[in-house]
Amino acid sequence: MRWFGLIAMKTRMLFRRSDAGERLDDELRFHLERQIAENVATGMSPDQARYAALRAFGNPALLRDQARAKWNWHGAEQVIRDVRYGMRTLRRTPGFAIIAVLVMALGIGANVALFTVVRSVVLKPLPFKDPDRLMMLYESSPKDYPYNIVSGGMYAEWNKYNESFSSLALVQDSENAVAAAGGQLPEKLSSAKVSWNLLTTLGVAPALGRDFTADDDMLAANGTVLLGWSLWKRRFGADRGIVNRTIYIDAKPYTVAGVMPEWFAYPRPDTQMWTPVYHENPAEIMAMVDNHMFRVVGRLKPGVSAEQGKADLSVISRRVFDAHRDLAFVNPGANIRPLLEHMVGPVKRPLYVLLAATGCLLLIACMNVANLLVARAVSRRKEQAIRTAMGGGRLRLLRERLMESLLLSAAGGALGLVLAYGALEWLVRSRHDMTRVESIHIDAIVVVFTVGVIALCALFAGLVSALTIRDKALLTTLQESSRYASGSQARATLRRVLLTVEVGLTVVLLTGAGLLLKSYERLRGTDVGCATENVLTMRIGLPGARYKTPGPAPVNFFDTMLARVRALPGVDQAGLATAVPGQGWWEDDGFSVVEHPALPQGQALDALTRWADPGYFAAMGIPLLRGRTFNDSLRLEQAREVIISEKLAKSFFPGEDPLGKHIKTGGDSWSAGGKIYTIVGVVGDMRYDIGEAPKETKYFSLQDGTENYGTLVIRSSRDVETLALPVQRVIQGMDRDLPVADVLTMNQLLGKGTLDASFNTTLLTGFAALSLILAAVGLFGVLSYIAAQRTWEIGIRLALGARREQVLGKMLSDGLRPALAGLTLGLAASAEVSRLMRDMLYETRPLDPMVFVTVSATLLIVAALACLVPAWRASRVDPMQALRTE
Amino acid sequence: MGKPNDLVQGTLDLLILKTISLEPMHGWAIAKRIQQVSGEVLQVQQGSLYPALHRLEQQAWIKAKWAESETGRQAKFYSLTSAGRAQLEKESANWSRLSAAINLVVSEA
Repeated sequence: MRWFGLIAMKTRMLFRRSDAGERLDDELRFHLERQIAENVATGMSPDQARYAALRAFGNPALLRDQARAKWNWHGAEQVIRDVRYGMRTLRRTPGFAIIAVLVMALGIGANVALFTVVRSVVLKPLPFKDPDRLMMLYESSPKDYPYNIVSGGMYAEWNKYNESFSSLALVQDSENAVAAAGGQLPEKLSSAKVSWNLLTTLGVAPALGRDFTADDDMLAANGTVLLGWSLWKRRFGADRGIVNRTIYIDAKPYTVAGVMPEWFAYPRPDTQMWTPVYHENPAEIMAMVDNHMFRVVGRLKPGVSAEQGKADLSVISRRVFDAHRDLAFVNPGANIRPLLEHMVGPVKRPLYVLLAATGCLLLIACMNVANLLVARAVSRRKEQAIRTAMGGGRLRLLRERLMESLLLSAAGGALGLVLAYGALEWLVRSRHDMTRVESIHIDAIVVVFTVGVIALCALFAGLVSALTIRDKALLTTLQESSRYASGSQARATLRRVLLTVEVGLTVVLLTGAGLLLKSYERLRGTDVGCATENVLTMRIGLPGARYKTPGPAPVNFFDTMLARVRALPGVDQAGLATAVPGQGWWEDDGFSVVEHPALPQGQALDALTRWADPGYFAAMGIPLLRGRTFNDSLRLEQAREVIISEKLAKSFFPGEDPLGKHIKTGGDSWSAGGKIYTIVGVVGDMRYDIGEAPKETKYFSLQDGTENYGTLVIRSSRDVETLALPVQRVIQGMDRDLPVADVLTMNQLLGKGTLDASFNTTLLTGFAALSLILAAVGLFGVLSYIAAQRTWEIGIRLALGARREQVLGKMLSDGLRPALAGLTLGLAASAEVSRLMRDMLYETRPLDPMVFVTVSATLLIVAALACLVPAWRASRVDPMQALRTE
Repeated sequence: MGKPNDLVQGTLDLLILKTISLEPMHGWAIAKRIQQVSGEVLQVQQGSLYPALHRLEQQAWIKAKWAESETGRQAKFYSLTSAGRAQLEKESANWSRLSAAINLVVSEA
């Protein structure tokens, strides 16, 4: 019964509120009139009666509020009123509001963007079934190679004898050429050779068609391939009839078994084709236990721990090692890591550093906004004193402050979310090589995080600015004239403290950025061991079906190609090698020196292996230190010359002349029998990866016909990029179906290797610059405020004979004091923080004095400039004006 | 006595409900009646009267109607709802029990 009345009351209060408000006024007025009437009846004069009644009545506004406070929906009404009031006050000072919103947007946007990246890349589990059961498995030699890739033979043993894994799958990164068809050019694509059970191990099914079967994964089987979604859309027009059709890969026919789902990106973000590994590789290679080529993914059986899996496989590895003591490169153990850890391990630290940087940036942004709010509060203190005197509680004022900062944060957060979205779109588009980049999305959790951040910022900025509410000094505030602002000392201190912290954080960011910049500079400046200016590279792979190895076909092709390219106008030199400096490790093999005493069984020397044409070293700018290059007339079986790098000469021929000596390949089952090569030359060292130390390298002659791929190198004294098209046309003219990949200048190629470092450095530098600007603006604001407060005092000083330069100096030192304090704090913090960044630095000490000095100088100069304008204005004050104005 | 805080909220509610259980009254009359009947002991201040009246109205214990008062002006008259009547009986009973108990304790020699 009462419920009905309640609901009726609530509805009435919701929709007829203003009505009820008027009625309340009428009701109170009626009461007052009756009281006055009663007073008159007891004999007072009308005026006396009125005064007495009013005195007894109390503050009508307060009374009204107290009655209204009992109404339904009072809480909601208050919130709406606060919002309206907050918006009105913000609209009155649009400049302040816009700046505050922008500052918040920058801080929140950067934070949200980076949080999304960290969450999507590092924290979100892999999109496979039960991803915490998936492990990456490695062979292990505890001292030298704790996480080595796996050999085919060892995988076969693991597969046969293990008890801990429900399935083990092989993955080998590769590259294949899709033939020209239907008017489209041939294309070289990232691909992978996988064992037939890879998809079942991961728990993924193709979107179209079928998965591989064990029958597909045999040498004798017909070629089958799984296509990637974007490849299917782009090159095959998303044709559903693609299943069971034949396409030509590396000039061989393959039947399309199926198409992978759109989100699938394993092993690399750009892998677009998967073929069965036992079909692609010769059986001997798959059986070797010392040729490490593959990665192995395993799914643990339920209830089995990773440690147990590792122990299980280690026992098998040990057995194989013991059975092959004569081979040098068998690993005695096994190692295990969760698959997610394997994929994102290297990017974790840099991402967390960047996330911390955005956190600092957000903090600085909040403090800037808090500073702005404090300034506003100060200019409204009279208004607030009056309101407090009239009965508005302290809580009320606090609520208003919070509401204002909440409105600013919400607007900034919304704008920041938009900015973050844009930034992430750009990131995904420009860094599609980054691990797990395809999983970067803004989802519900990110939005919740954003709302949380907004709330925190609002609280922080609002509470800090609310520290300035002191209603104890009410009377003084009401009485004081605005020129004598002693009560604002506390507020000035607060702002100075905020500023000190801001500057400190800025210094930390600047130091981090400075260290990364220096490290990156060192990295890019490393001598890679070859020419890097005006050098063009492109990769060519001859399909094995038409250019059999070993054989004369690739030799002839390369001969003709090099001759034609060298004949092109503008080409100074051209050469060919299987891999150039900066392209990575590629291949290494064991060998022994014929003239030296034999090594104990199971040991061999190891060096990187490259094949090169005789003109390669000159074209690449690798200095020939001793001896000569390959003899051009020696081909195929007669090409048994080898050129070694200087490090190899020093490591394995200490104190003797290697020229004329012989090496014998072997020590691994790869070249059983072992061929003997004569050392004819020594060349300078090169780095296989920028940022890595040079490794011993041996170069065989490409003219022995064992390799049918390579990187073409072209040097020119003119703009080398204009030669890209002519050279490609030469190659196209020789074989229409030959795609050329990665046409890059040497600088671009090296840049790819430093892409991560350059990305991190650019971002951190950007954040540091932003925070420097914010800190400078903050400094400017605070000093302007202080100067404005002391105009009267300055006027007196000037009138009493102080020189303008003295005023300027004093103002400057006032402004620079928080900056200096912040600088000291910041440097101390940086010393700690930079230690955490040690892993990200290349040949740079975390406590590099140059960086610290530069950062300090930059900060002081910027701070001085920021303080200069207000200080200058303060010194230009006209004493008469200052003393006369209020 | 006469300061608003001396009258506990629940007690004021009881007084108001009792007062208007006899006939509908406006706020001024309620205050006057309480004062009269209690022999000038209980003086309800406006600061507690109107918040209490409005609270009771929002809770639907009492309902209000605007009508012409004895002076000819419009005034807001409060009366009990049926739920209010039941609440009044409950509160009266509570009060009797409470005050009897206090009396027992206080009059212990």
